[in-house]
Amino acid sequence: MNCEECGKRPATLHLTKIVNGEKTEYHICEHCAQEKGDVFTGFHNFSINNLLSGLLKFDPMQKGMKDATTNKPLRCETCGLTYAQFSKSGRFGCSDCYTFLGDRLDPLFRRIHGNTQHIGKVPERTGGKLKIRKELEQLKQALQTHVASEEFEKAAEMRDRIRALEQKMAQS
Amino acid sequence: MSQQQFMQNPWSNWMKGEGPDPDIVISTRLRIARNLRQHPFPLLATDSQGEEVVRKVTEVAESDAMRKRHHLQVLQMDQVNPLEKRVLVEKHLISPHLAEESRKGAVLLSSDESVSIMVNEEDHIRIQVLLPGFRLNEAWEIGTKIDDIFEKNLNYAFDETRGYLTSCPTNVGTGIRASVMLHLPALVMTQQISRILQAINQVGLVVRGIYGEGSEALGNLFQLSNQVTLGMSESDILSNLYGVARQIIEQERVARTYLLEHTRVSLEDRIFRSYGILMYARTVESKEAAQRLSDVRLGIDLGVIPDVSPLVLNELLVTTQPGFLQQHAGQKLTPDQRDERRARLIRERITDRQEHSG
Repeated sequence: MNCEECGKRPATLHLTKIVNGEKTEYHICEHCAQEKGDVFTGFHNFSINNLLSGLLKFDPMQKGMKDATTNKPLRCETCGLTYAQFSKSGRFGCSDCYTFLGDRLDPLFRRIHGNTQHIGKVPERTGGKLKIRKELEQLKQALQTHVASEEFEKAAEMRDRIRALEQKMAQS
Repeated sequence: MSQQQFMQNPWSNWMKGEGPDPDIVISTRLRIARNLRQHPFPLLATDSQGEEVVRKVTEVAESDAMRKRHHLQVLQMDQVNPLEKRVLVEKHLISPHLAEESRKGAVLLSSDESVSIMVNEEDHIRIQVLLPGFRLNEAWEIGTKIDDIFEKNLNYAFDETRGYLTSCPTNVGTGIRASVMLHLPALVMTQQISRILQAINQVGLVVRGIYGEGSEALGNLFQLSNQVTLGMSESDILSNLYGVARQIIEQERVARTYLLEHTRVSLEDRIFRSYGILMYARTVESKEAAQRLSDVRLGIDLGVIPDVSPLVLNELLVTTQPGFLQQHAGQKLTPDQRDERRARLIRERITDRQEHSG
């Protein structure tokens, strides 16, 4: 089979791309594949904004555009961004948008990340108690693993660190 | 280093070809997105709000705590001409968005260009660390320390549940995007690349061309990065990326050995044809240059072409780009003139047998 693009060289790349259930097949040569970068990335000329607003548009979250009690359009009180504007641009206006749009964002985060909760780094200065709490969780998990694998010396070490942290929590 | 030097010198630290696996991993990049509380995100900010953010960030960048680690120079985007911006983009020091669309955008650059901090891009602060070779953890160590210094002095937008808050929901949580630039000619030649790219998407990673989102995979260079930023810790994100990249590197090595053992003559033929063309051509387009340079790089890595330093190839990756060619010429060039200059530059560099001292 010859390449669909140039018709000259033999097709060496055979790709199947499925976008919104629509299947497209490509049989092209390596040369043309280099030129057609979109076959590789699938995002050519298609920004992440479009993709996000696509996700939001077909969403039962549309209901969330109005506040249930006041029936007014949902908006961020700090910067004024409405849910409708957000779903169009795929961008927040300020950090308070996260608070005002609240739980309604869960389905979106679940789709993008498969998760809704942060478990990584916590700011040293402003993270305060949260940082200690996360550290405690990690230590408790480590303690369990050490107990399970009968590494009791290490487990004892974890226990002491947990106690020290719990005291620190109580004091602050 | 003066502003002019950033534009004239083709060398960034990331091109030095050091670090683990430099034959396949050209460079490692780590980006940390951070925003300030009580400041509208750059897309909505007024000019004066934007200026205030630049002022605050610059203040910290010039503090003693930061100076102990990095000497950063500030470039305001409205004081950099379009050609110079293009050079910075080609060197991966700023994003196309900062160059073209930002208002009150700025970048803080370390003298060896391994640290670049963009201000008022899509987020208030984007700390970027660029290193040669395969060095994810090292990049994170450098980036997280800079992050800590900023955090001591600025009020970050952070939420217990959502983590670091970002303008785009795809970056929320850790705010980190780690990526490695991989040269994978043998996987392309043996037609395994599409299978691998499909598998990658299923493990929360994404592949792009070398100039980011929507760019083409020129010269068999692929940028592999994490997609997920929320619900995974930084170390999990990095080790996931590390593990997958490691496997791809091994597969590329296997494919290279296979090609050498089974199709040596046609492989050598391909490499030497490209080498010959680059040594003698009088005009060459950027796409062809990328492909031929990829062949020559493979030839060097396999010991088929003995006398050219792989560093020359890293340098040419940047210097053959349109912006850099024009900057070097000191004038705007038509595409034809660029192709001619590109051919001459490549010819000079790859027939120059001396090691580049950098």
